[in-house]
Amino acid sequence: MTDPVLETHHLSKSFGALKATDSVCLDLQPGEIHAVIGPNGAGKSTLIAQICGGLQPDEGRISFQGVDVTALPTRARAKMGLARTFQISALAMEDTVLQNVLLGALGAAGQPWRFFRPVMQDASLRSRAEDALERVGLSDVRTSRTAELSHGQRRQLEVAVALTLQPRAFVMDEPMAGLGVDGSRRLTGFLDELRAEAPILLVEHDMDAVFALADRISVLVYGRVIETGTVAEIRASKAVREAYLGEST
Amino acid sequence: MIPERMVNGAVLAGLLVVPLWAMVANEPFTITLATRAVIFALAAVGLNIALGLGGLVSLGHAVFFGLGGYAMGILAHHAQTYTPLMEWPFLIEGTKSMPVIWLVAMVTSALAALVIGLLSLRTTGVYFIMITLAFGQMFYYFAISWAKYGGEDGLSIYVRNGFPGLNTLVPIQFYGLCFGILCLVLVLNAALARSPFGLALNASRQMPTRVETVGLDPMRLKLVAFVISGTITGLAGALFADLNRFVSPTMFSWQMSGEIMIFVILGGVARLFGPVVGAVVFVALEHFLGGLSDYWHIYLGLLLLLIVLFARGGIVGLLSGRERTHD
Repeated sequence: MTDPVLETHHLSKSFGALKATDSVCLDLQPGEIHAVIGPNGAGKSTLIAQICGGLQPDEGRISFQGVDVTALPTRARAKMGLARTFQISALAMEDTVLQNVLLGALGAAGQPWRFFRPVMQDASLRSRAEDALERVGLSDVRTSRTAELSHGQRRQLEVAVALTLQPRAFVMDEPMAGLGVDGSRRLTGFLDELRAEAPILLVEHDMDAVFALADRISVLVYGRVIETGTVAEIRASKAVREAYLGEST
Repeated sequence: MIPERMVNGAVLAGLLVVPLWAMVANEPFTITLATRAVIFALAAVGLNIALGLGGLVSLGHAVFFGLGGYAMGILAHHAQTYTPLMEWPFLIEGTKSMPVIWLVAMVTSALAALVIGLLSLRTTGVYFIMITLAFGQMFYYFAISWAKYGGEDGLSIYVRNGFPGLNTLVPIQFYGLCFGILCLVLVLNAALARSPFGLALNASRQMPTRVETVGLDPMRLKLVAFVISGTITGLAGALFADLNRFVSPTMFSWQMSGEIMIFVILGGVARLFGPVVGAVVFVALEHFLGGLSDYWHIYLGLLLLLIVLFARGGIVGLLSGRERTHD
């Protein structure tokens, strides 16, 4: 086994008496899609917030590319190449689609302290931004205001911004949510190819997508990982059926 | 709807033509009014960078306006009384030179904005408004109690400070100087809004988490915006003191902060010419309605109410609609 890109070691986080994250050990190997599934309230979002920064774990640590990043702020992790997409789109709604991806390119270039030359005329930022839009199929709407985009297009834009970072790993929080059959199928195809560029930690409710994409699945219940394995192993697992799949089917 | 460029052009033309007409018609008071409007506009352009681009609702911009004013007042006071500002450890003398005064005004304001920003930016929303207001009051009461520089009575400067090559006592020449500075700052502001920094700052206002997840620090972006903003308002303060040849603690008052904010809201938040339009309309109302009634602020309040309720883009927004997205 190669060195994991991203790894959590016995991560724990409590809110009062509630253990939202309970000694979670996960790892993300190069080239894989590792899906995290679990019923509502299992602590998926809490886990993501700790991995990407913004929420400090009570115990345990997170390492990214072999570096302990537990104490680093979100932006430092982003700079190292950890790209996150949000469950609820976190985009600059008044800005255009292109401006949103330009922001990603700007962040990746790490040079926001330029006050005079128009950002639109910066060829290198712009080509990086437009490439990302092209890849997710949003080139046609690049001059639209983000607020005017459909829900599905905003999800695509989230992914496009993540792409501009040219990251070493993706953490995606329910990218399929609310996409509809078509959109979901298209994004599934896209993520399938994307894993070759950088591995994806995928938190997702859409079971079809998870079973189609995941190399490995971890099942989170009440903050604990009750099982990690391949799709076949998870499907066969009795514990998982009882805790999760049994309830939903 | 009139394209925003045309509205802006018309405002600039008006600011050129009216004072020139006043000069020809020998109406120096009109030129003084126009100068007042242009200086207020400059102060508000400063605030608009924090408020419009950065979303920082500062109710303490009178701090910078007042610091600029006192930079002028103190330096010119020492120059006209032939007393040094300080003798130890090294000699600093007063000055009557505008460029030097401006530099001092801007550096002082920038430093104050840095300190106030560092402390205030830990808070958001109504707490940010309150803490900036509190800083304003601190400076106000400090100025009142600073007997050495006039305390409550302020400082009178008998002769307007000089600018190389100009006779600043001639109203139209001083106006031209102020107008030139306003135009220059507007050009810089337009560039700033389209620059990489402007893009990142604008996003920090809308969605700080997004800015953070692309590896940038929204706090630092806002802090730099706050410093730039305070520096410009400080320069306006120095000019305002020179216009009146007088500086007093009123320049630090919260009413002053409120007025600067009213210019921005009246004209249009985040619109390049919003503060200019707002300041011109304010000075016009102050003059014409003020002549009719001492309680002209009632009408100003009514206008502000209508703008806030029905025209969120201010007067510029009312005339030219939503801001165009630029490609």
